[in-house]
Amino acid sequence: MSGEAHDSKVTTAAAASTAGDRLEDAPLDLDALYRESKVHEAIDALERELVGLVPVKTRVGEIAALLLVEKLRRSVGMQADAPPLHMSFTGNPGTGKTTVAMRMAAILHNLDYVRKGHLVAVTRDDLVGQYIGHTAPKTKEVLKKAMGGVLFIDEAYYLYRPENERDYGQEAIEILLQTMENQRDDLVVIFAGYHDRMERFFSSNPGLGSRVAHHIDFPDYQEDELLEIAGRMLAQMQYRLSDEAHGALREYITLRRQQPHFANARSIRNALDRARLRQANRLFRGRSRSVTREMLATIEAEDILASRVFNARVDDG
Amino acid sequence: MKLTQGAFSYLPDLTDDQITAQVEYCLSRGWAVSVEYTDDPHPRNTYWDMYGLPMFDLRDAAGVLQEINACRETYPEHYIKVNAFDSTHGWEALQLSFIVNRPAEEPGFALVRTETAGRNLRYTTTAYATDRPAGQRYAKG
Repeated sequence: MSGEAHDSKVTTAAAASTAGDRLEDAPLDLDALYRESKVHEAIDALERELVGLVPVKTRVGEIAALLLVEKLRRSVGMQADAPPLHMSFTGNPGTGKTTVAMRMAAILHNLDYVRKGHLVAVTRDDLVGQYIGHTAPKTKEVLKKAMGGVLFIDEAYYLYRPENERDYGQEAIEILLQTMENQRDDLVVIFAGYHDRMERFFSSNPGLGSRVAHHIDFPDYQEDELLEIAGRMLAQMQYRLSDEAHGALREYITLRRQQPHFANARSIRNALDRARLRQANRLFRGRSRSVTREMLATIEAEDILASRVFNARVDDG
Repeated sequence: MKLTQGAFSYLPDLTDDQITAQVEYCLSRGWAVSVEYTDDPHPRNTYWDMYGLPMFDLRDAAGVLQEINACRETYPEHYIKVNAFDSTHGWEALQLSFIVNRPAEEPGFALVRTETAGRNLRYTTTAYATDRPAGQRYAKG
């Protein structure tokens, strides 16, 4: 296994060194480049760590393929302009936009499209100043921090406030535009937010919209997926659900999804955090009895059923 | 007379690629890089003007180079230097400082002799450039 990988590395190194002298139709080893670039590590991590999100994973895979082929084209001296890389991630809260952005930064870094591969996540407050002359330095400072990596602008539509013509957001957009255009090698910008509001944002800022090459839409999670996410979160925190608690959580998710302000995975995380709180309280109240390791790790149905979400149902009924 | 202050000043002027490499090194050590300029080249003039604020939390030299170029555009005929500040406890001082821009013409320094009591001589240097007021010292024409 390791010998095979070693061989392929030697082949590509040789191919790269003599690429200029080779015949035009000499075969190139795309697969070796793929393995060498470590981009599969990021894609595998995406696959492994995120539940569902099939359309997103497909699009990320497609973009990675494009970048890989462009890189190979460049390595044999073919015309390959730096492909436009700015992206827009749209979807409801808690659908994994930031997590995917982090993976995207790793993919871009592995393929040498950004030099450092770090992610700088900002919102309107980090870019827009409070008085005249405050915005430009602030935006530029953030841009400088993001150079060599990915700038992730969450809820980007807040930058543009048409109802206030003196709003400084417009200034931030202009500086952003300038940098996106002139320093494409230094920085990749990802805009994120609700789908419909982002669409309105781009249509009212056509200059910005036309420079964003990849639009990825993040679907909401299904109930089963949310349940799996909960399972993974708990496993990571070294908790587990009892069988009754598992049923209770399923019921909780069904109810919670119908309520306002449901934020997908984030709501699940919050629910679990509250369940942990109740579990700790339950153990503390019964502290006269001895506590086992098993008890410390187990979340019971009552920890979940105490949630307000169930009360709301009782009230309604 | 070529001004020799800071690191690398006996070498030919650094190219942008070389400056980038130096700044990359500074950033990799976690130093905060800043850009300063002056038109008073006297060696005892340690207080140069800051161009913008020191840049903290940068990961890549591109941001610094952008700032250097902006400063060059504003003050093409000034001395511009790049400083790297190390905030490590117990050090808290500059680790590296080097010039990245200089005027086309550098007239150099005059040695001034002052006679004091008992025909003793005291020596000092003044820059020819500082004969003119600030802002007009290296103006062309």
